[in-house]
Amino acid sequence: MQGFVRACSFVVALGGAAVVQAADITGAGATFPYPIYSKWAEIYKAKTNVGLNYQSIGSGGGIKQIKAKTVDFGASDMPLKAEELEKDGLVQFPAVIGGVVPVVNLDGVAPGAMKMTGAVLADIYLGKIKKWNDPAIVALNTGVKLPDENITVVRRADGSGTTFLFTNYLSKVNAEWKDKVGMGTAVQWPEGVGGKGNEGVASYVQRIKGGIGYVEYAYAKKNKMIHLSLKNKAGEYVQPDDLTFQAAAAYAEWNKVPGFGEILTEQPGKTSWPITGASFVLMHKVQADAVKGGEVLKFFDWAFKNGQKTAEDLDYVALPATLVKQIDVAWRSGLKDASGHPVWK
Amino acid sequence: MRAQRFQDALFHQTTRFFAFSVLAILVAILGSLLYGAWPAIKEFGFGFPFSAEWNPVTDKFGGLISVYGTLSTSVIALVVAIPVSFGIAVFLTELCPPVLRSPLGVAVELLAAVPSIIYGMWGLFVFAPLFADYVQPALSATLGNIPFVGTLFQGPKNGIGVLSAGLILAVMVIPFIASVMRDVFEVVPGILKESAYGLGATTWEVVWNVVLPYTRVGVIGGVMLGLGRALGETMAVTFVIGNAHRISPSLYEAGNSIASTLANEFAEAASDLHVASLIALGLILFFVTFVVLALSKLLLMRLGRMEGEKT
Repeated sequence: MQGFVRACSFVVALGGAAVVQAADITGAGATFPYPIYSKWAEIYKAKTNVGLNYQSIGSGGGIKQIKAKTVDFGASDMPLKAEELEKDGLVQFPAVIGGVVPVVNLDGVAPGAMKMTGAVLADIYLGKIKKWNDPAIVALNTGVKLPDENITVVRRADGSGTTFLFTNYLSKVNAEWKDKVGMGTAVQWPEGVGGKGNEGVASYVQRIKGGIGYVEYAYAKKNKMIHLSLKNKAGEYVQPDDLTFQAAAAYAEWNKVPGFGEILTEQPGKTSWPITGASFVLMHKVQADAVKGGEVLKFFDWAFKNGQKTAEDLDYVALPATLVKQIDVAWRSGLKDASGHPVWK
Repeated sequence: MRAQRFQDALFHQTTRFFAFSVLAILVAILGSLLYGAWPAIKEFGFGFPFSAEWNPVTDKFGGLISVYGTLSTSVIALVVAIPVSFGIAVFLTELCPPVLRSPLGVAVELLAAVPSIIYGMWGLFVFAPLFADYVQPALSATLGNIPFVGTLFQGPKNGIGVLSAGLILAVMVIPFIASVMRDVFEVVPGILKESAYGLGATTWEVVWNVVLPYTRVGVIGGVMLGLGRALGETMAVTFVIGNAHRISPSLYEAGNSIASTLANEFAEAASDLHVASLIALGLILFFVTFVVLALSKLLLMRLGRMEGEKT
């Protein structure tokens, strides 16, 4: 009898937990913003008791899940095009900004000491430049001693928003790359070995002498990898950090593209890091459950206004205040409940 | 009495249901694979397994590279694993001092219980650097100079590629093959071996002429078991094969197997055709495994018949 009572109370407790869970918001998608979303969620839960259940299944998966309406919001590192947003009745807004950084494994080169241009980087990834002491690289780096070593190109094996930003950048700066390879979350790579995830690329580069790869800034920093400084559109060599990412974001004309689908690569400005990008959130225009939709917006509104410090601690860049205002406006006009009333007031 | 008969009937029906459910699941899996792969089959036709194209940007896909990777890594694994396993089994059953027999046997079986992701991580972090620094240069300097075969052992020496994946697979399948071989070697009647020894045969002669013919069926079964594991192995291969969609004459170059392609690309496949092509690759793997199993069954049946004729 006692066992039965205990079992009953256990079931009741489970049911109770399910009721609490039901108030939580759910999201799925990009792996890149996962650390910051979960950190924000932790602080937000302590304040409001509304939790976030975010599954980092990848951008492609996030887009599929939000289209299938299994989650309250989807997250993607690659912005959807205006037509696609229209077709599926989706609203899109950026949530956090980050940068992609080329990293190398070369003895005797200090982090940030070696200079690189996008055109040469593309030639390396095309397999046209095979040695570290190639004249094209030497010409950019007078005074740096470059070894007579083979270059091993490392890139992502899985589809990824990081790859999208990187190939988007290479397509902008190198016509041959644009013709032969193009851009996308996955491309047909002419060269190199593929690692799974940022950590896969990072560990391959660290293990292979003469390796070059590209990772999210946070991974480069965390693993103390040797990053390169890149020449931006204004012709200046810049180092990747929150200031140069912010500079790139500041030059973007967010209002011009529907759904804020601005790609921040190769932006003008003397201090802009050339491979910067935002991670996006996708929601349905018509919110069947307006209360739930409102909770999602409240969470991001809170994060935009109070989450900057947390973002910086994790090496992300928070959205500029002007952009947050524009997003607020878009929410007011873009999201409606089933009867046509705005969800965000 | 009636209740008992009812019980019997119920039991009969239940077990039959269980047995047939296996068949139903198999058919359902095949059906859903076909359904999922249909867009790719329609688009690329039956040339799909023979096209080396894999371009997500232009939405052109073909399976040749992955099929080649799967087959080449599995062949390397078996070429290395069969002699080693044979040696292990012979030592354990014929030559080993009784004190060592059970600890060594348990060690072999434990190796089979190691999860494949551990092999993958070990392969990438421990095996690959050592392989790159010591084994690859040595192989290039020796085997690499043989005409024709030599190109297989020339290329970038970074420890990642088809050869590394094949060797990791070999380590993974050795315990399977070795323990099956040991088990079947043990059932050879002592009287047969003793007669051979009594006629003055050496250990090698006994193993080759008495033990092996007696256990042929079991040995082939063990090899097929290993091959089955090698074909479908995913994580360990994904870690060390280099994940490049390329067929290269060198075994040092990075490649891709069917399983590693699926593991890498499924979550982020953007276009419908990409997803369908990945499922089509899964279908091919299904068929390859099926054919291997069917061939081994056929072989065993023929061997069995030949044995029957002899005696």
